[in-house]
Amino acid sequence: MIRSILNTSNLNIGYKSKKGVTTIAKDLNLNLDSGKLITLIGANGIGKSTLLRTITGIQKPLSGNVYLNEKEISHYKPLELAQNLSLVLTEKLPPSSLSVFELVALGRQPYTNWVDKLSNEDVVKVQEAMQLTQIEHLASKKHFQISDGQLQKVLIARALAQDTPLIILDEPTTHLDLLHKVSLFKLLKKLTHETQKCILFSTHDIDLAIQLSDEMIIMTPESIVQDQPCNLISNGSFNNLFKDEHIIFDAEKGKFIVN
Amino acid sequence: MANKKRNTILFVILALGLLLMFFASISLGSVMIPVKDVFTSLTGGHATKSTWEYIIINYRLPKAITAVLVGTGLSISGLLMQTLFRNPLAGPYVLGLSSGASLGVAFVILGAGFLPSFLSVIALSSYGIVLASTAGSTLVLLLVLVVSQRLRDTMAILIVGLMFGSFTTAIVSVLTYFSTAEQLQKFTFWSMGSLGNLSWPTIGILTTCVTIGLLLSAKSIKPLNALLLGENYAKSMGLNFKQARLVIIFATSILSGAITAFAGPIAFIGLAVPHIAKLTFQTSNHTVLFWSTLFFGSIIMLFCDIVSQMPGFEVTLPINAITSIIGAPVVIWLLVRKRNFQ
Repeated sequence: MIRSILNTSNLNIGYKSKKGVTTIAKDLNLNLDSGKLITLIGANGIGKSTLLRTITGIQKPLSGNVYLNEKEISHYKPLELAQNLSLVLTEKLPPSSLSVFELVALGRQPYTNWVDKLSNEDVVKVQEAMQLTQIEHLASKKHFQISDGQLQKVLIARALAQDTPLIILDEPTTHLDLLHKVSLFKLLKKLTHETQKCILFSTHDIDLAIQLSDEMIIMTPESIVQDQPCNLISNGSFNNLFKDEHIIFDAEKGKFIVN
Repeated sequence: MANKKRNTILFVILALGLLLMFFASISLGSVMIPVKDVFTSLTGGHATKSTWEYIIINYRLPKAITAVLVGTGLSISGLLMQTLFRNPLAGPYVLGLSSGASLGVAFVILGAGFLPSFLSVIALSSYGIVLASTAGSTLVLLLVLVVSQRLRDTMAILIVGLMFGSFTTAIVSVLTYFSTAEQLQKFTFWSMGSLGNLSWPTIGILTTCVTIGLLLSAKSIKPLNALLLGENYAKSMGLNFKQARLVIIFATSILSGAITAFAGPIAFIGLAVPHIAKLTFQTSNHTVLFWSTLFFGSIIMLFCDIVSQMPGFEVTLPINAITSIIGAPVVIWLLVRKRNFQ
């Protein structure tokens, strides 16, 4: 059964500074459903990060609302929010000697007691997350000893262990080669279908996103649209993505070509 | 799990080591006292010579207790800072907290002459020195925190700490110009660091401060674990970052402030001990690190104390010299093998 996990109503995003208000996008009505893999695409500097920051409650919207499980996101307490929304970020991890198991287990923090002790249920959840992402063989390795692709899976496992209906990832496929990009996309797709979670992530790998995502959100200076990839192709949404006459979207092949 | 078994064994060894060191520190010193008499004095009996009993109860026992308090407090404050600043080289001495505390104490000891006499008595009391010292270390920690928000670079933060050190030295040398020989001597002795000279009531104050600091640190174990992934991940896992950071800052300030006030600025313990704990236990989990740092801190401080007054030597070496001789090579070694920084 599909249910709506996150939706926005008449959301205006942007930021306020001393110079005034900068609006990035207006009247957004996005809807993230359970069991769906949704990608967010747009050119560099278009405001993907601002959108993600706003719908994760890190940044306040200029106006309008973000509802997570039918509750306004700003009304969540930090701990409660952590039980409903988990993140995978692009930032580099600080130096530490965390093992892969310990790193994934940190995802259980919203559920552990004050000394951070793992209960049996916590251990089961951590193991499940590691099984789903196929990183069990790495469990005792230190996080700095594994490859970028493996680390990305570990971070996804950590988000899975946090046991939230919604996972948001910020450009998880950057720094990976094609093989690992594809395997990561497939992993995310498998996770949405097996766990009925909703996964939203931003990416620059548009070709892959068209082939593998259930829905896409396209950000352009004029508008932000959300739909299934085939509909977006047929109504020509990709043509406005890049403001450059040399980059043309080939609707038949479903990918960009350089003229 | 294999790790758990290994940790248990290590902790048993550490506990035994602590007991041994504590007893060794009480037994050894410039006056030779037979082990049997040490035992009798400690258990409340009468030793063969009453001077021995006096030395044990009023000199060596307080000194050993001070060593334990100083060792645990400085090491734990180093552990907290290394995680908070995401910087393996952080520690109360390196980041200039000890310098800040020195400055506070210098103002009180060297500047007391400028105050009306009733105020100078209050200022020079144990409480006055603790307050000045804690205020100094808190001030520096807040400054370092402001700087670290702007500079994400590890090394830049350390250089800022160094600058605070130079700044303090400069201010202190200005102050020495206006102070009497007696005040100067008092300050110089204080700055060389000493674990002795503490009366039982002052140990009471130090114990209270260190206990508060350690309790707050224990409360921060979970936030510290979350911070291993950085501030943003920690927030996404439900951490109230501002509150946690405030608790951690207060804990480190009170620990290093109170300890520096009574024992002088002691170098390198805060930086080196957490690394020894991390290397021994091969983990970043702060529940394990908290306890292992506690043990290692007190054992190493007791060891330095024993070295500082080797049996047979007439003189007691300044404790600060010993910790630097042991600590400085550790720091260099850490820098050299930086690739696997923890």
